[in-house]
Order: sequence, then C-alpha cells, then structure tokens
Amino acid sequence: MAQDVFQHTFENGLTLLAERMEHVRSAALNFLIPAGCVYDPPDQRGIAAVLADLSTRGAGSYDSRALTLALDNLGVDRSESVGAFHTRYWGATLASNIPSALAIYADILRRPHLPEDEIDAVKALALQDLRGLEDEPRAKVLVELRKHHYPAPLSNDHRGTAEAIEKLTASSIREHHSKLFRPNGTILSVAGNIDWTALRDQVGQLFGDWKGGLETEIKLGPMPAKRGHLTKEVEQTQIAVAYDSVPVAHADYYAAMGAVNVLSGGMSSRLFTEIREKRGLCYSVWASYQTMKDRGSVLCYAGTTNARARETLDMLLAELRRLPAGIEVEEVERLRAGLKSSLIMQQESTASRALALASDWYHLGRVRSFDEIQAAIERLSPEVIVGHLQRFPPKDFTIVTLGPEALAP
Amino acid sequence: MQFHNRRLPNGLQIIAETSPAARSVALGFFVRTGSRDETPDVSGVTHFLEHMVFKGTPHRSALDVNRDFDRIGADYNAFTSEENTVFHAAVLPEYVAQAVDILADILRPSLRDDDFNMEKKVIIEEIGMYEDQPMFSAYDHAKKIYFADHKLGNSILGSVQSITDLKRDQMHAYFKRRYVAPNILVAAAGRLDWDAFNRLVEEKCGSWESGPIGRDCLRPAPGSGRFEVMTREKLMQEHVILVAPGPSADDPLRHAADLLAMAIGDDSGSRLYWELVDPGLADSADCGFHEYEGTGSYYTSFSGEPDEAAENLSRVLGVLREVQQGSIRSEELEQARSKMLSRVVRGSERPKGRMQAIGMSWTYQHEYRSVDDDLKAYRGVVLKDVRAVLDRFPVDRVTTLALGPLSSLSRP
Repeated sequence: MAQDVFQHTFENGLTLLAERMEHVRSAALNFLIPAGCVYDPPDQRGIAAVLADLSTRGAGSYDSRALTLALDNLGVDRSESVGAFHTRYWGATLASNIPSALAIYADILRRPHLPEDEIDAVKALALQDLRGLEDEPRAKVLVELRKHHYPAPLSNDHRGTAEAIEKLTASSIREHHSKLFRPNGTILSVAGNIDWTALRDQVGQLFGDWKGGLETEIKLGPMPAKRGHLTKEVEQTQIAVAYDSVPVAHADYYAAMGAVNVLSGGMSSRLFTEIREKRGLCYSVWASYQTMKDRGSVLCYAGTTNARARETLDMLLAELRRLPAGIEVEEVERLRAGLKSSLIMQQESTASRALALASDWYHLGRVRSFDEIQAAIERLSPEVIVGHLQRFPPKDFTIVTLGPEALAP
Repeated sequence: MQFHNRRLPNGLQIIAETSPAARSVALGFFVRTGSRDETPDVSGVTHFLEHMVFKGTPHRSALDVNRDFDRIGADYNAFTSEENTVFHAAVLPEYVAQAVDILADILRPSLRDDDFNMEKKVIIEEIGMYEDQPMFSAYDHAKKIYFADHKLGNSILGSVQSITDLKRDQMHAYFKRRYVAPNILVAAAGRLDWDAFNRLVEEKCGSWESGPIGRDCLRPAPGSGRFEVMTREKLMQEHVILVAPGPSADDPLRHAADLLAMAIGDDSGSRLYWELVDPGLADSADCGFHEYEGTGSYYTSFSGEPDEAAENLSRVLGVLREVQQGSIRSEELEQARSKMLSRVVRGSERPKGRMQAIGMSWTYQHEYRSVDDDLKAYRGVVLKDVRAVLDRFPVDRVTTLALGPLSSLSRP
C-alpha cells in the first residue's frame, strides 16, 4: 500500500515524523518526551505526573485560562499522560489548525510557567488520583502486577506515592522540567492531512534552538517477589498474571504477537473460549503484549466471583502452559486475518498512525512500512509460533490477586 | 459519499453511506429495543438476549459464530442501551458478504437451554464487575431515582435476582415480539457496493417475520427531584450525580443542549472544570447530555474526597443555577462549538463512526444526515437557542444521588 511517510532529525536531536493522509480532514500530533515515571527520583515519585498537569497551566504568553481557551478554540482534543519512559502530549483537530496548535505546544514544552500558586491544586489532584485507584480494583491489580513483575524503577506507576507528592515544591518541579524536557530523545509525530515541507520548516522554527540536555541514567533494582495479594472486599476477585516475552526489536517479535493472539486475539481465541464461553467463569478475560525497549512481557487479566477465583486462575495458567504444545493451522489463519484487518483499519485513524510512527521510531529507530508488517504477518505459521514458544515458553509466572482472600498456591 | 435506502416488504430497513475513499466497511444491525421495553418480570432480558445472539443458530454453534467472525478478521461486538440493541462489525471490503451472512444468521438465534444457562453465569459476572465500579453503580441508581416510574429508569443489566429467575421461554417470547423485521435497521458505511449489499440483505433477511412494533411510556420525564445517599463504606471517594431534564432526540433544540452541556462540563475549559477540577477540589467533574425518544437528560457528575462532597455539591449547584439564570457567554458558545465541530469531523473519518451516526439519525430523526448536515446544525446554534433550551428544560432542576463512604449529605 502506498504511504507518504517522512522523517527528519534536527541538529539538537529532536525527531519529527509525519504521515500524510489525503483522505481525511483532521490531523493528530503526538509528542513523546523522555520524561516518564522511571526517571522520577526515588523520593519524588509522582513528580512527572505533577509536572505534566502543571505544564498546561500557563506557558509562553498565555496564562492558564488563555492557554486552555486557545487550544479549545482550535478544537484540539488532547491529553497529557505519563508512561514508564515518556511523558506524552497528544492532540487532534482539523488539519488546518495543526500549525497554530504546534506553536502552543512549543510554549507548553519549552516555556511552561509552572506557577507556584497552582502547585497545591495540582498536588491535590494527584493525591485524589491515588485514592481513586483504590476504588478501581481492575486498574489497581494491574499496577500491583507491574510492581511484582519488573524491577524498580521499571515498575513505577505514574501516580507515585502520597508522601512524595506532598513534599514536592516549585523548585523541585522546575528542576525536573529543566533536566528532563529536552529535544534529544523527544519524538514528535504528526499524521493526517498535512504538508510535510511546511510542517518541517515550522517545527524547525519552533524547536530548532531548543538546547539539548543530558540523558538520564536509571539503575535497576533487584527483581521483586513474583507473588502478591491485596486484601479487599470486592464483588469479584481480580487476577493478574505476567510472564516474559521478547521486545519489538527481537527477531521473534511477530511470532510472540502471534502467540498472544492465539490466547486473546478474537472471541474464538483460547482464553475467551475456554474460560468464558465453555465455563462461564468470567465476563472479562484477556492477555496483552507489552513492550519496553529491552524486554517484552505478556500481561493477563481475569475478574471473577470470589468463590470461582481458584478455578479461574488454574484454568488461565493451564492455557498458558499448554501453548508450546501446539497450535492449529486454523488458529493461525484466524489471527493473521485479524492482524491484517487491524493493520489496514489503522490507516483510517490519524491518532493511531501518529502513535504508531512514534512508537516504531522509539523501539526500532525507523518506521516500519505497511508492506513490511503485512509480509511479516503472512509469514506466521504454527511452526513459526510454536518454535518461538519453545524458545520462550510461558513460565515463571508473576501472579497477583486482589480480593477478600488470598488464593492458595 | 452517497446515501441509499430501502425498505423490504417485511418492513426491514436498509441504509448505506458509500465512500470509495474508505479502506473498510462498517455494518450494524440496529434493533429498536432496550431496557425501557422490558417489564419488571424480565428485567435485564434485552442485554442478556444480546449475549445469546452470539451463542448460535441452527446453522452455527456458539464457537462457529466466533470463529466465522475471526476468520474474516472482523472487529465486531454489540451493545445494549435503554432503547437500542446494536450488533456491529467492521471488515475489509472483500468480506462484506460473509459479514452480512453471519450477522443476519445470528439475529435469528436458537436460544438453546445449555447456552442460556452457561451465559447466565457470564451475565452475573458482568453485574459483579460493574458493582465494583462506583461511577457506573452511581449512574445506574441515579437514573432509577430520576426516572422513578418512567421506564427509562429500568436497569440495563438487571439484577442478579432477575437474571437468575429469568427463563429461556420468557426470553424467547421477548425475542419474538421485539426482533421483528420492521423493528430492525441494517446500516452500512464505507467502501461497499450498494446494489450487491442491498441484494444480500434482502436474500438473508427478506423472510424474517413482520409484526407490530412500538414502545409505550413515551412521555417526557421531568425528574423526581429526589435526593439520595447510598453508603458504600469501603470506597475512598464520594461519587455524586445530578440529573436534570433535557430535550428529546428529535427536538431541534438538541444541538443547543449538546453545546450547553459542553460549556457547563466538558473536561477542558468548562465552568465545572474551572470551578472544581482546576483548583484541585474534585478529580473529575463533567456534564453530558443524553437524548432519548420522547425525552432527554443532562447527567452532571463529580467525584472526590468525601469531606469535600458537601461543599463541592454546593459549588456544582451554584454553577447550574448561574447558568440557568444568566445562560452562557458567546465566547463559551464559540469554544464549545469549536470542540464539537472538530469531534464531528474526526468521528466521521472512520466507517465505524459514520455507520453509528447514520444508524442513530435514521432511528431517531427518521432522516439521513450527512457530516455536513451535522456541522451545519452546530454552526447554526445561537445564544437565543441556548436560552430557549434553558427556559424549557431548567438545568438546575436536579435529582441527586451520592454514592460513597458518607452516611449522610445535607441537601444544599
């Protein structure tokens, strides 16, 4: 399929990626700033999230209200979020409004006011976010799963800790901003009905004189215990399981994706069929592939009535263990159809394309073409997937539960 | 883009918006039936039936249904609301015939006893899952007390008791009455050939039984005005919902109501945002307008620290009263309009979004509305329309529900 993909890395290290999509009227932009929560200093956990919120409360010549009004009047739907490695600013609107929106984002990233008199409000919101997590058992168990599956700081949650948030000051937040918000390592991707030359020139004007900073090193702590339980009175026991897989750059990547899709690709996949359809144990049960640059994992989830939790966990583990034993041709045909169809449908969404460009660049240092991905999907077969599963069998499970009672091992 | 429509002799309607630039096709079977069409003895049957539709027919087992959809790489699902049950699939253009074949087949389900009993367990799990989501529970209860004896207050999921008690034959009787051809609309959007699609649907659905259709209790609902607190000691946050009356889905004022709700409680730059979220008083506060057949309502909600709930409630009511008395300023209308126009355009870029949009406007307004028609309608809203909608439907005439650790909350 013909694609118009462009790339330019500026002298200061900022990478601009773009895809021109002529059949749409909108465009989406996506900044990945190398300021994720793994870089939160141990006594300042939650600082990246506080900084992201504060950064939109006035920047450049705009005060907080003027900034919000300007983006709203441009019709920019947007959000700021903090992941493990990046703080992400996402926005989408009519393509004709993208240049004006980019100028405002240059202020937010480079010239935020980080107003002292708003810090208490932002901290109060961060603390409520933490408390709110306690009311969301599903989100809570997945946060807890990461804590048991990854070493610190890879296991950090963007919400941080209450003690650390309470102690944050204007100067600590400003210092964090000046250290981590920098062009080298930042990826800006834009997808939609855009003009590449004009875009590149504008981004050069807005960000070309942004001074680079030092890369931040992280030191990994010891591997955590692989079992955890949180006692809580809930209707459903929350079950979360993780095991190691391979990262995107690995030669086995597509086979690993294939394996996850055998488990959880469509409603005829194994987890849904065996656990929900045949036994009625769950409404929600799934497995999903998660990747960092140097490691990949598969995370699984099931929520079930407390009395049936043991049986559900046993079934889930049995399905994981049975994977390397063999996969049907039919199963692979179905997952190939699903992967191919979502690849094509992604071409209809500016937001998906903007994210895919940035994610490829971060993980692989290049953007994969549609044809390359399609060819890789075509190559999947039972032998390829089983071969991968024999090299990387699901094992050494991290298991975390949340419910009234811990499950016996 | 081109619009096509047709009604089969048995009453089934077919509509399509064809767009050669699209890369996929979205299909939807819209059954005009929802929780408001239920009697108390079958509470939750519409939603349970939606699940049972995927459990097979004389030609397909439950597993066959899932496998056949997956074989063509379909992105498929279904949802049940107060008024509609919608089965939908997005596929690549070469699979339209297979997708229609599966969807048309499953809309005549066998409702086998074994499947019925197994799926009952799944529904009870689904009820349990939502019980653990406080905002969802709060919304469900708020609707119930707002609508009081109006059938729009019926729970979509039903209760563990009503689902446990439900019999297969009760579901079958409901199916026979509500899934008749004149109560079903087939909608498609994207890259498809209308003539071929039209013939296909006729071939698969042309013999479906006809029958009387209808819906009772279409009166507007002004709201009970009640104020209730539901105590959930284990929760950390207090979740509060205020429901007020609004225009119905075929009321010309609905676009003004949409923009008004956005100015009051969108998640960026709205009155509630500046009053509650910006100062850190509540971690979320929003207002949304929902339109139904015969009536509509605004749902304003916030969550935050229980200790702050009483003051936050006063603040929210303060905002609603201020808007009721003084309306919104023209800058606020423009701000809401810019956001809405951008959302309409972006939502229309995928066949899925268009299929939903044309299906809903055909259901509620009995007309085809292009993207430009919708853009034009929002562009046409002036402050006088906002005043008119406020005069007819006061946003501060609220019914209130609080759910969280508080045992009481004083009515401001």
